Amino acid sequence: MSFTWISSYWPLLLTGTWQTVCLLVISVVFGFVIAIGLAFAQVSGGRLTRLLARSYCTFFRGTPLLIQLWLLYYGVGSLLPMVPGIRQSLFWPILREGFFFAAVSFTLNYAAYEAEVLRGALLAVPKGELEAGRAFGLSPWMLTRRIWLPRAIRIALPTIAGEIVMQLKATPLAFTVTVMDLYAVANKVRQDTLLVYEPLLVVTLFYLALTAVIARVFRGLEAQVPVRR
Amino acid sequence: MKLLPTLFAGVALALSAVTAQAEVRFGVMNESYPPFFAKDASGQWQGWEIDLMNAVCEEMKEKCSIVEISWDGLIPALQSKKFDVIWSSMSNTAERSKVIDFTDKYYNTPSTLIGPKDQKPGATAEDVKGKTIGIQVSTIQSEYYKKYFAEVAEEKTYQTLDEAFQDLASGRIDYVFGDSLALDAFLKSDGGKDCCAKMGDVADDKEILGAGVSGGLRKEDTELKAKLNTAIAAVRASGQYDAINKKYFDFDIYGAK
Amino acid sequence: MATTQQGILDLLSPYPPGWGGVLLAGAVSTVAISACAFAIGLLLGTGGALGKLSGNRMLRLLLDLYTTLIRAVPELILIVGLYYAGTDGLNRLLAALDLPPVNVNGFVAAVAVLGFVQGAYMTEVLRGAILAIPVGQIEAAKAFGMGPVLRFRRVLLPALLPNALPGLANLWMSVTKDSALVAVVGYQELALATRLAGASTKHYFVFFLASALLYLAITLVSNVVFKLIEGRVRRGQPRLA
Repeated sequence: MSFTWISSYWPLLLTGTWQTVCLLVISVVFGFVIAIGLAFAQVSGGRLTRLLARSYCTFFRGTPLLIQLWLLYYGVGSLLPMVPGIRQSLFWPILREGFFFAAVSFTLNYAAYEAEVLRGALLAVPKGELEAGRAFGLSPWMLTRRIWLPRAIRIALPTIAGEIVMQLKATPLAFTVTVMDLYAVANKVRQDTLLVYEPLLVVTLFYLALTAVIARVFRGLEAQVPVRR
Repeated sequence: MKLLPTLFAGVALALSAVTAQAEVRFGVMNESYPPFFAKDASGQWQGWEIDLMNAVCEEMKEKCSIVEISWDGLIPALQSKKFDVIWSSMSNTAERSKVIDFTDKYYNTPSTLIGPKDQKPGATAEDVKGKTIGIQVSTIQSEYYKKYFAEVAEEKTYQTLDEAFQDLASGRIDYVFGDSLALDAFLKSDGGKDCCAKMGDVADDKEILGAGVSGGLRKEDTELKAKLNTAIAAVRASGQYDAINKKYFDFDIYGAK
Repeated sequence: MATTQQGILDLLSPYPPGWGGVLLAGAVSTVAISACAFAIGLLLGTGGALGKLSGNRMLRLLLDLYTTLIRAVPELILIVGLYYAGTDGLNRLLAALDLPPVNVNGFVAAVAVLGFVQGAYMTEVLRGAILAIPVGQIEAAKAFGMGPVLRFRRVLLPALLPNALPGLANLWMSVTKDSALVAVVGYQELALATRLAGASTKHYFVFFLASALLYLAITLVSNVVFKLIEGRVRRGQPRLA
């Protein structure tokens, strides 16, 4: 086993880690916001809203992330030449790069899974608390903001932690659309040095480290939740 | 325990398609690379390299089969004995020769840059300054980029050349760098003829661009190497090589000796 | 890139030169790999769950290592690593036992790798399901003198199935989608077939959409099947609210 290549490739490893972390944070944060909307649409929306939200979730959970990613990157990519003046526009530097499409695709996908989790959590909040809130005269918006959503999030925290770890494990797919994430770095090292296992092992350690960090952060968050024992 | 090895052998035999030793397995990249090899809708492999493989097998009087592997998995798969010969337009380079062995070459063509029609032609470091080049991962062109273009231009790597062509057509990259014949096939195709044109061949570098495309072998398979070399020479001598060549190209792709 | 309606239908036609047949074959391949991997995962998972609950410290440690590692490492890396290391290791083992090296075909390798990965997740699901069985039932079985195999067959298995089914359904969904990752090691299933079709015809959008719909179809049919299984397995139990 030879690890001498690490000395020349460590800047690339750091760049790769940074790309992976960026993808993760962007998709989790924006995905969570969308998920809140989707979850509420399914729990307290009208028939049409519920149907739309359900269809969205079914599509994004029922198809592989790889296909969604390729559909977005190559599908939209093939339509780009038809838009006049796009290369001179403000958006071109973003649309050129695979990162944007990976981030959007991961966000949409994460939102679907998170919506399921939040939906279950919203339904699991004890009805008594909501009724008490209404009895106190809280408006529906206040009720949601102050009681329903925070309680639901606290209930869902362990599952959310699991979902974020799963999202981290999905980020390697970005390498198929030219994003230089951690897995792409392993591929590059394999290409340059023809070593197969060593780059994979090192990159695996990085992923394990990131997972441990996420687990630690969430254990801290869960500790903040008062639980009567 | 006598039981364990027998159990293992039994399971292994039951699990696998045990192939008779007389068959030579050729490893081919599992994506299309016209005009050398491509899969059509009925699942048949076709192309110049496939025809050459069949001719060589006939000369060797062996039964041949094709094993498909992703491009950057070819060398690891060869080493873990998933097949016996890499026959996938892989060039004989110094770097690769450190881990595997090669037969004599069976073709040699220059590497080219292609780009959008309205782009200035030219294939030197000066021309590509500040631009983005799309290259297939683990290729000699990637090595060439590192040595000559890395300072001046940006690189985007793709699993397959097709994805690079897609991005060239949608304008995400300014050049695609690859083997001249494969790029030519794209320029002649529906996707390529409207958007793009040849920018030029790059200056040759024998060490990086290699001595030509050859079959890849494990270092210990010296007998197979000798057999393949004899067969390749025989196919060249008998005129079969020229016949196959004429089907696809209007010049001899064997290249200068 | 204006493809007419007729053009799209031609591309998708099941007969060559239409690529519909290739996509359908890929879909069948996907379902086949997923089913076999699921079965292997079930076997490994059952063994793992029982092992973890058996009280043997060494076994529990080993199984903890297995489940934690597999669940913490990205599937892509696992599949690539196990695919090459697995066949390499198997051949070296055979060489050490003086047996000839074996050519493991792509299907078996993909199934073995996916099954191994699924086994770790299944261990956790099944372990949770077994722990949810009221202890009294198992104690009663032991009091009646039932041996471990009989106990498993008659008491544990029927009791754990309703608890485990949602988790198993989720794992089935994830294995059908993870099967797309074996495209990276070159095994021809739906995702790779789609890329080939798109690359040959340059109509990427059409084929990716078609393949997404095929995966969706597999998912929806699986949902119905699991609902039916759940209905059968939960017979006699009070309906969930």
